[in-house]
Amino acid sequence: MANYTLQALYEDDDHLMKAVKETRSGNHHIEEVYTPFPVHGLDKAAGLKPTRMAITSFMYGVLGLGVAIWMMNFMMIDDWPRNIGGKPSFTFFQNMPAFVPIMFELTVFFAAHLMVITFYMRSKIWPFKKAENPDPRTTDDHFLMEVSAEKNNVQNVAEFLYATGAKEVTLKQS
Amino acid sequence: MSHYEAPIRKPLVTGDKSYHDVTVDIARPIEGRANKLWWIVFSIALFAFLWGLGCIIYTISTGIGVWGLNNTIEWAWDITNFVWWVGIGHAGTLISAVLLLFRQRWRMAVNRSAEAMTIFAVVQAGLFPIIHMGRPWLAYWVLPIPNQFGSLWVNFNSPLLWDVFAISTYLSVSLVFWYTGLLPDFAMIRDRAKLPFQKKIYGILSFGWSGRMKDWQRFEEVSLVLAGLATPLVLSVHTIVSFDFATSVVPGWHSTIFPPYFVAGAIFSGFAMVQTLLIIMRKVSNLENYITIDHIELMNKVIIVTGGIVGTAYITEYFIAWYSGSAYEDYTYLSFGAATGPYWWAFWALIICNMIVPLSLWWKKMRRNIMWTFIVSIVINIGMWFERFDIIVLCLSKGRTPSTWAMFSPTFVDVGIFIGTIGFFFVLFLLYSRSFPVIAQAEVKSILKLSGDRYKAMRKAQGDDVQLYELPKQQPLPNFEKLIEEQESQEEVTEESGNLAEKLILNIGKASKDVADDLKRLSGIGPALEEKLNQVGVYTYNQISNMTEKEFGILDELIQKFPKSKTKFWAGEANLLNKK
Repeated sequence: MANYTLQALYEDDDHLMKAVKETRSGNHHIEEVYTPFPVHGLDKAAGLKPTRMAITSFMYGVLGLGVAIWMMNFMMIDDWPRNIGGKPSFTFFQNMPAFVPIMFELTVFFAAHLMVITFYMRSKIWPFKKAENPDPRTTDDHFLMEVSAEKNNVQNVAEFLYATGAKEVTLKQS
Repeated sequence: MSHYEAPIRKPLVTGDKSYHDVTVDIARPIEGRANKLWWIVFSIALFAFLWGLGCIIYTISTGIGVWGLNNTIEWAWDITNFVWWVGIGHAGTLISAVLLLFRQRWRMAVNRSAEAMTIFAVVQAGLFPIIHMGRPWLAYWVLPIPNQFGSLWVNFNSPLLWDVFAISTYLSVSLVFWYTGLLPDFAMIRDRAKLPFQKKIYGILSFGWSGRMKDWQRFEEVSLVLAGLATPLVLSVHTIVSFDFATSVVPGWHSTIFPPYFVAGAIFSGFAMVQTLLIIMRKVSNLENYITIDHIELMNKVIIVTGGIVGTAYITEYFIAWYSGSAYEDYTYLSFGAATGPYWWAFWALIICNMIVPLSLWWKKMRRNIMWTFIVSIVINIGMWFERFDIIVLCLSKGRTPSTWAMFSPTFVDVGIFIGTIGFFFVLFLLYSRSFPVIAQAEVKSILKLSGDRYKAMRKAQGDDVQLYELPKQQPLPNFEKLIEEQESQEEVTEESGNLAEKLILNIGKASKDVADDLKRLSGIGPALEEKLNQVGVYTYNQISNMTEKEFGILDELIQKFPKSKTKFWAGEANLLNKK
C-alpha cells in the first residue's frame, strides 16, 4: 500500500504544541516537525526518546583523559626522562602535579570536539549538505508538522489536521 | 501556561516584536548595504592592520632586536599585548557558557557578538607568542610530535607549554560552540536570500540545517554540555596564563593570588570590550530593542563585581608587599616604590583606570548612562593594558641587583604591531557585523513569549492564562483523494508512452525536419540549443507555442543546461512568429 505524507503548517509554537498533542492522541503518526527555534517540551509531546549526546561526551572526555595520561607518561617518563633542576620527576606520580593542566585541557578538547562531530554526523549536517526543510518559512516564523497517511484515509487525516487549525495542509511530493 | 515570567522582570525584547519581526530585524544589517561610516571605519582599521603587518614582516626578516627589549626587560609589549588580548577574549565564553548554566536569559542578546569578539581577540593573542619565536615557521615545535632530533619531546612541566594547550583548546572549543549556535541563524538567512549567490554561500555556511525536532533536541543538549565544558575551560585558561608569571621566582610575579585575580581581571576587561563594541553596534544596526539599556546595566553590574575583585587583589598585593618587610618587594608593581619611582605614571594609570573610575558605576544613574558607560569601558581597557604592562615591565625593571636596573622604551615596531592587532581585530569584527546574524535569533525567539514586551503586555491585560496567539486564516483544503488519482493516472500515461520525449511530442504535436522553422529567433536559443531541440523532435514555432510550464519541465530534464528562466517568453514569441 502506498504511503503518503501530509504537511500541516502552523504560525505559532503554542498552537503547534496543541496540534501535536491532539495528533498523538488521535493515533496519527507524526513523522517530523520542522521549527525555527527549539520549542520546549516538543520532543516529549511528540514522543521522542531522550538524546544520548551527553553520554557520548562523557565517554569522549574519559578517552581524552586517558590519551593525556598515556602521552605524558610515555614522553616524560618512559621515552626521554629529563632532570629538571633536580626536582623529583622520574616516576609518573612524582611528576603528576605538573601534568594536571594538560590532562584537564585534553579531557575538554576530546569531550567537546568529538561530541560536536558526533552531533553533526548523527543529524547529517555538514558543509555542502542541502537543506531539507520543506518550506523556507520554517526557519522564520512557521512550524510544519508531517503526518503519515495511507491512501484510503488521506482525506480523513487531512480533515483532522484542518480541524486542528492548520494554516495550510498539503501533500508531500515524493 | 508555560510562558510565565514574574511581571516585575523587565522585558528583554522591547518594541512589540513578533517572531517575524525578529527575523527581519536581525537579517536587515546583512541584507542591506554598508553605509559610508562603516566604510570609513573599515578603511582605518584595514590601514592599521596593514601597518601592523608591515611591522611583523620587518620583525621577522630582521630579528627581535628591532623591538625595544633589553637585557633586563626581555619581555615587554609582546607579552603585555598577549595577556591583554587573551583577557578580552574571556567575556564571550563567560556570557555564553557561565550565564547559560545560571539560566540568565539576557545573555541571548549579547552572546553571539561576545563570542565573536572572543574568537577574534584570541586570534590576536595567539599572534604574539608566534611572532616572538622569531622563526614562526618553526611554530610547530611547540607540539608534541616526533622530530628529527630523535624523540626529544616538549617539556610538559613548563607553564608555557600548558599555555599552548590551554589557548588552542580554548580557541577551538569557543569556535565550535559559536559555530554550532550559528547554524540555525545561517539557515534563516539562507531561506530568506533572494540572490542565488547569497543563497549558495549561506547554504554552505548553514551546513544544510533543516530544524527537525530531533536536531533541536540534540542541539540543546550539545549547547548545555558545551557550556558545562567551557565554564571550567574559561577559568583554566587565564589561570594557566597567570602561571607563566606565578611559577617564576621574580618578586611581584611569584604570587599565589595570581590565578583568581587574573581570571577576574580577564572578565572585567572582556566585559568592558563587549560594552565598547555593542554600544556602537546596537546603534548602527538598529538593535536597541534587543540590546536594551537593561542589558547594558546588567553588564555594568558584572563589571562592578569583577572590578571589585581586581581592586581587592591590588590592595592585598600592595599591603603584603609592605608587610613582608622585604626590600625586593618594595619595587614590585604594587608598592610604594612603584608609586613614587620612575614608573609612577604607569602605576597611577592602573589605579585610576581600574579602581577609581569604575567606582562611578555604583550609581544607578551612571550605570544606565550609555555615553558614560562607553567612556568607562574604554578607560577600563586602557587600565587593563597598564595592569599587564606594570606586572611585566615594572617587576623586571628593578631586579635583585641594582646594576641591572633599566627602563623600557618601545620602538615604532612594538607600537606598530600592537596597533596592527587592534586594526586586525576591528577588520574581523566589522566584516562579522555585516555578514553574520549578530544576535542569536533562534534563541531570542524561544524566549520571546516569556520576556517579550508584546506578550508580557498581553498577559498583563488579559491574565496569565491568556492564549498568546491568534488562529491563522485557513486555506481551503484540497481534495487529496482526487489529487492522488490524477497523479497516478499521469504516471501511467508516462509509463505507457515509454519515455519523456514521446510524451512531449504527444502533448505539443509532431513535426519533421522538412517543415523546420528558424528557432534561433527565439530569445535565448543559439545554434547549439536549436540542434538539441531538433534531436528531441522540436522543429516548429507551432510546437513551441503549444508548450506550457509542464513541457518546459520535461525539456529541462531532457536537455542539459536548459535555460529554463528564459522559457517564459518562448510561447508568446513563437505564437507571434507563427502568425507572420
